[in-house]
Amino acid sequence: MDTRLSNAPFDVEKIRQDFPILTRLVHEKPGRPGKSLVYLDNAASAQKPRAVIDAMANFMAHDYSNVHRGVHYLSQVATTLYEATRDKTATFLNAPSRDTIVFTRSATEAFNLVASSWGGTHLTAGDEIILSVMEHHANIVPWQLLRARTGIVIKVAPVLDDGTLDLDALADLLKSPKVKLVSITHGSNVLGTVTPAAEIARMAHAAGAKVLFDGSQAAVHMPVDVQAIDADFYIMTGHKLYGPTGFGVLYGKAEILESMPPYQGGGDMIQSVSFEETTFREVPHRFEAGTPPIVEGIGFGAAIDYVTALGMGAIHAHEQRLLAYATEKLRAIDGLRLIGTSPTKAAILSFTIDGVHPHDIGTLVDRAGVAVRVGRHCAEPLMERFGVGATARASFALYNTEAEADALVDAVRAVREFFN
Amino acid sequence: MFDDLRDLYQEVILDHGKHPRNFGKPESFNRMARGENPLCGDKINVYLTIDADGRVADAHFDGRGCAISQASASLMTETLKGKTEVEAEALFGHFHDLCTKDDHEHTDHGPLDPEAVERLDVLSGVREFPMRVKCATLAWHTMHAAISGDEKTTTE
Repeated sequence: MDTRLSNAPFDVEKIRQDFPILTRLVHEKPGRPGKSLVYLDNAASAQKPRAVIDAMANFMAHDYSNVHRGVHYLSQVATTLYEATRDKTATFLNAPSRDTIVFTRSATEAFNLVASSWGGTHLTAGDEIILSVMEHHANIVPWQLLRARTGIVIKVAPVLDDGTLDLDALADLLKSPKVKLVSITHGSNVLGTVTPAAEIARMAHAAGAKVLFDGSQAAVHMPVDVQAIDADFYIMTGHKLYGPTGFGVLYGKAEILESMPPYQGGGDMIQSVSFEETTFREVPHRFEAGTPPIVEGIGFGAAIDYVTALGMGAIHAHEQRLLAYATEKLRAIDGLRLIGTSPTKAAILSFTIDGVHPHDIGTLVDRAGVAVRVGRHCAEPLMERFGVGATARASFALYNTEAEADALVDAVRAVREFFN
Repeated sequence: MFDDLRDLYQEVILDHGKHPRNFGKPESFNRMARGENPLCGDKINVYLTIDADGRVADAHFDGRGCAISQASASLMTETLKGKTEVEAEALFGHFHDLCTKDDHEHTDHGPLDPEAVERLDVLSGVREFPMRVKCATLAWHTMHAAISGDEKTTTE
């Protein structure tokens, strides 16, 4: 059996004890009792389990050194531990080889790497790439920068009214022989929509295009198998997977990575340097210039161990229960509009309330201890698509509970009354 | 549930937020600017009619935003009328202090209309909410841009 689909009982109360921050109170002041934290801003960044915090602290206390270069004892220890994260990441994504895993400092950097290195050498003026209207700015702006340099053309696949990717429209866009890349989210950070990655890849490949998936959201909510979906590139980030900030992952098919020049130049990515000529290291190190985020890599490895032990399948099932529960409760509130109701979605709920601006919703529910994100969520074109200036967004994680969904719903009801 | 938020959302603010005064693009005006708060996506336009004496004869605004930004814009248009450009800028300086500093830290912005100062005081609760200061000051930044002849401004 695939251990990532573990069927062990999912004891959320026990799991919560792994996250020290979840017991803290917020808005505590002399004479005023604090409120229990109800953390529903996980799509922005998730909280960290003790295992991640300890792994990073222990590494710095006992095993820290620079990696990949020293002959001394600690350098070898640190290198072994840091590189173990590459194996864990490959297993986590079911990548065929550890050498297909490139470490970056963020998902954003991974997009810039692909746009600059792959796009800069494989795309020329007039070539088309297809994005979707629900992309995060990180999967829009790097391509616009590339467009300014090379004259590529950016096409945008729309979504249906429920937030599902419009596959018919995507098929139409793919009829153009100039399409070289489809770069699309595997899970929308605003709508929660999970896209049919395998089908998108099949469509893109049939049209002769490569496909890149933004897994920043999807990879934390469900098992991902980059070979099964036949992704050419897959990008994810550490801090949304209960790991530290400053760490991102780019998976790329070996032959594609081999075809790409370095992204940044510096130490660690070279074989030999002279002022006349420099030769570069093999993939993936070619793309990892400079001292890497070593401590963060250790923390990310611990985060993968943590979620793997729980089972991504079990995490997905738990979050889907929360999604169904919270959706039903929120829907019962008069004047509340859910933005994104695709039948396949992750536990992310964006909403607006008639007559109440999302910013006011955010400030009010925060006083009840409920942390949500309000605003445009780095997805301004999507806000335009749904005719809203901003939304409030509650996003659930493996440690959230039905009681917390109730706390959100109670607070939202109270917001309605406050502004009535 | 939200009793301690009444300092921020006073009745006057809720009223102006829901029923903003001087809302909508007027038929005539001679200064305008567009303001944007990139943090939340709020956008407003401020339209001023400055008469030959350099006084604000009329002030309007439109756009969308939270209760704080709408109420602040509404109250601003009311307090601006009849003020000279210099007086309007002085009020902006005072209002900015009101939103960001304790009373004893306020700087001297020159003579201020005591009635306007009193009206604007309802927004002083914003001081306790650093993330919301820009909501309250967006309209004023935009007014300042209109007077200075900058057509676009942001609170960033």
